[in-house]
Amino acid sequence: MSELLAIVLTIITASTPLLLAAIGELVVERSGVLNLGVEGMMAIGAVCGFGAALASGSPYLGILAAMAAGAALSLLFAFLTVTLVSNQVATGLALTLLGLGLSGLIGESFVGQPGVKLERLHIPGLSDIPYLGPILFGQDLLVYAALAITAAVAYLLFRSKLGLVIRAVGDSHQSAHALGYGVIPVRYACVVFGGTCAGLAGGYLSLAYTPQWIENMTAGRGWIALALVVFGSWLPWRVALGAYLFGTVMILGFAVQTKGLGIPPQFLSSLPYLVTIIALVVISGNRALTRANTPACLGQPFVPDR
Amino acid sequence: MRLLLEKRSEHSQLMTVISPLIAVALTLVTGGFMFLAMGLNPFEALYVYFLEPLKFFWTFAAEDFWPLEQLAVKAAPLVLIGAGLAVAYSANVWNIGAEGQLTAGAILGAVVPVYFTDWQSPLTLIAMLALGAIGGMLWAAIPAFLKNRFGASEILTSLMLVYVSQLLLDWLVRGPWRDPAGHNFPQTVAFADWQVLPVFGESSLHLGVLLAVIAAAALAFMMARTLKGFEIKTLGVSPRAGRFAGFSRAGSVWFCLLLSGGLAGLAGIAEVMNTVGQLQPKISPGYGFTAIIVAFLGRLNPLGTLIAGLALAISYLGGEAAQVSLGVSA
Repeated sequence: MSELLAIVLTIITASTPLLLAAIGELVVERSGVLNLGVEGMMAIGAVCGFGAALASGSPYLGILAAMAAGAALSLLFAFLTVTLVSNQVATGLALTLLGLGLSGLIGESFVGQPGVKLERLHIPGLSDIPYLGPILFGQDLLVYAALAITAAVAYLLFRSKLGLVIRAVGDSHQSAHALGYGVIPVRYACVVFGGTCAGLAGGYLSLAYTPQWIENMTAGRGWIALALVVFGSWLPWRVALGAYLFGTVMILGFAVQTKGLGIPPQFLSSLPYLVTIIALVVISGNRALTRANTPACLGQPFVPDR
Repeated sequence: MRLLLEKRSEHSQLMTVISPLIAVALTLVTGGFMFLAMGLNPFEALYVYFLEPLKFFWTFAAEDFWPLEQLAVKAAPLVLIGAGLAVAYSANVWNIGAEGQLTAGAILGAVVPVYFTDWQSPLTLIAMLALGAIGGMLWAAIPAFLKNRFGASEILTSLMLVYVSQLLLDWLVRGPWRDPAGHNFPQTVAFADWQVLPVFGESSLHLGVLLAVIAAAALAFMMARTLKGFEIKTLGVSPRAGRFAGFSRAGSVWFCLLLSGGLAGLAGIAEVMNTVGQLQPKISPGYGFTAIIVAFLGRLNPLGTLIAGLALAISYLGGEAAQVSLGVSA
């Protein structure tokens, strides 16, 4: 049983960065902007979070640094795509390449250094309940934060005026503009929110998931997060469900590997990527589902007419 | 009198010419600040990075050493892949998995040395190159099919397949394809002389370099002078207009992915034949990803990718030079 508990706990830590990055990107895409730079922003967040935690000794300062780094990179993206109206796909790809390259450069001296770990919480009494205690009350702070952010996004997007404005901007920027809403400020805010979340997700990797810095340690998680937004058909709780499903697939792969069933480890490592493809196919093939929720102006440039 | 400021309908001629120059200038300034932030003299660092690789040319040309060869050999896969991507991106087909198609091409092409080790014939090289291209095309056919049949984003599927192909390669060279006489190193048998592309004279310039130039020129011609090129550009700029003209969106997705995938596979097998010499877990320093930059830097013009490919090949060589003389990470 304790083995099962360990697996469940690892699944939660593996799912959290996916959820953080995906929920941020969901908000970005709901405002009509497609930021393919998630992977790059995660990498920058991971390296800056690791570095700041190492320098200060505090994982919480590391988290703040990771968020700031992701936000800074996304601000650059917002300036290029929203203000200068550059191609979002191309700029997003460039952002990923920039983030990965820059993170390797910044992190060169961090390779092999032991990191600062974000500890799991321990609430005396509650965390000691067998099985349920560690799962419900013994996680690190960011596991709860990710779920809280999901709840907040779900509430704000669908139950508040702010959410209505964001969705209006994403579904028809011309109408939103005609109604007097600031398309450009809304998109800036959403993109920076997404970047902050992606940076946080990267920081989670280098501070909680595996407290160390390895080049390319994001290993495609930013891209999986992008796929998760489609998988969750732009709905926050479905994205959260998807993130936990993916975390489960990743960790079960490892778990099977340790059992040594003679399955090549490379096949098990490729499972998350194969599952991503299958998930995309299943969801994208369902036209009714995607048509209802895909932001109509996703990826389209907005130039206000005078 | 009322003055009206109207936006030009097109960019001015002057801007078209100077905007790449502005981009280069901005790159140099940004790079300079980055080196400054790393505590290096920015001028010295930029010199080492961009001019040192070229300086070899002047110093060693007299001694029968031709370092520009290195540049051309490094640029060849970038141009080969970048030219194909430039065409695909013009049609708004976002193949970003060229690295995976490169790997798949290298794997399929290596079937010849691995299984038909002793087959020596004029057809050997042709078979290897053809299998390489087919490998890349097959790998690119997956996102094309999924895009057309299910509407799955080719951006994400082609990228996911990069990881899958690299893991497949890793499994092959550690498992079934490992050289039994290779002291347990994760690598296949070394390719024999007749499984390597011919080189020009005494140089290291191989046939792949020529193929890259030909591919760039042929694609430039296709884009500028043929109906296919017009179709691709139309569907890229306005899918609606393309539909009215009777052009098939699904057809262009297939065409662009197979074309760019095939060229990436060709680059992969050529790289393995002449630079690496066998399959091993890592066969490319990310050429498939750098080629994305090459395609954009070449302004999505296949001929432009020739120049952009050379420019980025300089940065590969410059990165190596800087690692040696400045101790900077590439």
